[in-house]
Amino acid sequence: MKTNIFVKDRVAVVGAGLTLFRRRHLETPRELAWEAARQALESAGLTFDDIDCVVTGTAPDAFDGVHFNGEYIADSGGFGKPTVRVYVGGGTGVFVPVAAWWHAASGLCNTVLAVAEEKMSPAHPHPQGVFAYIWDPILERPLGPNLIWIFAMEMRRYMYKCNTTKETIALVSVKNKRNALDHPAAQAAANITVEDVLNSELLVWPVNRLDISPVSDGAAAVILARENEARRITDSPVWVEGIGFTLDNTHWYNRELAFPRYVNYAARMAYKMAGIERPWREIDVAEPYDPFDYKELHHIEGLMLARPCEAPKLLEEGWFDRSGELPTSPSGGLLGVGNPIAAAGLMKVAEIFWQLRYEAGPRQVKKPVHYGLAQAWGDLMQVGTVIVLSN
Amino acid sequence: MSKGLSGRRQPGWVNPPGHYLKRDEMYALPGLVRYKPRARYLFSAGQAQSRFLQGLKEGRILGTRCPRCGRVYVPPRMYCEYCHTRTMEWVELPGTGVVHTAVVSYIAAFRERLKEPVIVGVIKLDAPGYVEGGYEFAGLFHRLCGVTPEDVMSGRVIGMRVKPRWKPPEERRGDVNDIECFEPVEG
Repeated sequence: MKTNIFVKDRVAVVGAGLTLFRRRHLETPRELAWEAARQALESAGLTFDDIDCVVTGTAPDAFDGVHFNGEYIADSGGFGKPTVRVYVGGGTGVFVPVAAWWHAASGLCNTVLAVAEEKMSPAHPHPQGVFAYIWDPILERPLGPNLIWIFAMEMRRYMYKCNTTKETIALVSVKNKRNALDHPAAQAAANITVEDVLNSELLVWPVNRLDISPVSDGAAAVILARENEARRITDSPVWVEGIGFTLDNTHWYNRELAFPRYVNYAARMAYKMAGIERPWREIDVAEPYDPFDYKELHHIEGLMLARPCEAPKLLEEGWFDRSGELPTSPSGGLLGVGNPIAAAGLMKVAEIFWQLRYEAGPRQVKKPVHYGLAQAWGDLMQVGTVIVLSN
Repeated sequence: MSKGLSGRRQPGWVNPPGHYLKRDEMYALPGLVRYKPRARYLFSAGQAQSRFLQGLKEGRILGTRCPRCGRVYVPPRMYCEYCHTRTMEWVELPGTGVVHTAVVSYIAAFRERLKEPVIVGVIKLDAPGYVEGGYEFAGLFHRLCGVTPEDVMSGRVIGMRVKPRWKPPEERRGDVNDIECFEPVEG
């Protein structure tokens, strides 16, 4: 049963755009954001004048090296319009359309342009240097942590708790990089084997180089519209059925790392709004956030698309392949397409939009699709953002 | 290179725009700007953690107890996250605990390869106020010593009982490194 009785208007996604995801772009952050916005507008058959409000998203300012980065990129889409930047770390990409949704669902705006951009390459020689500042200055930084440590610790705990192996988890990387071969924006598409993952550079055991998504530049955009407007714009709108977002505490080392509670809360919020009671059966295609390969399994379980510790087994059976029962990351995900942080999350939403319109071309999943889901995660194992779409 | 498609419906498989640069091409770009920020910070540790760090200097692990739910926080907070009440009561913990998770790092903070790998992990401390086997616990993120990479990889280290190895008192400075590492409890 749907419970969103206070929502004024149904909202649909009516267009999506994407730039190439690459390690180094000539384009500035603004130019990337503009390219994605232009594509999204074109795909909806709209012009900039048709847009009422703008929501932008980008992750830590330090990558671009400019503070108030949201406003910095905003003139690519937000000039002269009500504009807001939202930011929840890696969760930003899915939070951008969530914020765009409430702009439209409240009745405030008829059409909303949602743009997410990330240019990580300016941080030189490697953005790892910038990631050092996300740690707590008092209790964590004095230990000289590397960002990968926290993922490795979570992955190790997940492996222990679920009694799974590096070999099984590497299958996520194999699957997503293979899926990305069909994605025109992809940066890290490849036909690799589990052995390639295990033999890649060992960074922090259990994490090897190919367990991780690459460093990327890129932008993505979607257009949301209220029901009447959406039906005027297109005959195949993709409806936003539910949204969810939650925040956990900063003290990631005071929590069980094997299960993402924050993702679970966000998912329950979105399912309740969408009237979904059995997500493992009702969701047809999903884009769970996969900056690391184990993270996809971890998030699948948080999203209740599998029981806790069940995802590795289903993965081995091909359940999550494009031809499987519940295809996950059919785009190729962050591991295959690339990880320009905020843009990567929005790329996932765009993929679900295309999947639900049967426009994903060679990436189209085999089964018929009615409900799709995109999810992102962010900060110090803290933020879950979820959006449920239907056609 | 860029091949943006115009038209009313642009499906999800066309060529997206953008110009990729190879490393050398980037260095050869006209007008490439180099910039190195000069920022310095001094962080105060706050009401709860200043006292916690003073405790470390004295070789003690201190936590705060929530008067409402009874959780004991390590690292301490001056408020309870769950109850939103002020936590005023200080509790000294034995410092012992079990390893929640552990990893072997071959790289340092800025991705430099380390000569000797370090083992770091999460230590779940023995503290009252939590459900056994529950989702939340009092704990610290720290180095582990006296265990080998093989112990980590085999999983032997998870659940192992550990205690802090303190630096000598004259070397303690009131920071988290006053604990050298957590080491296995003998016997």
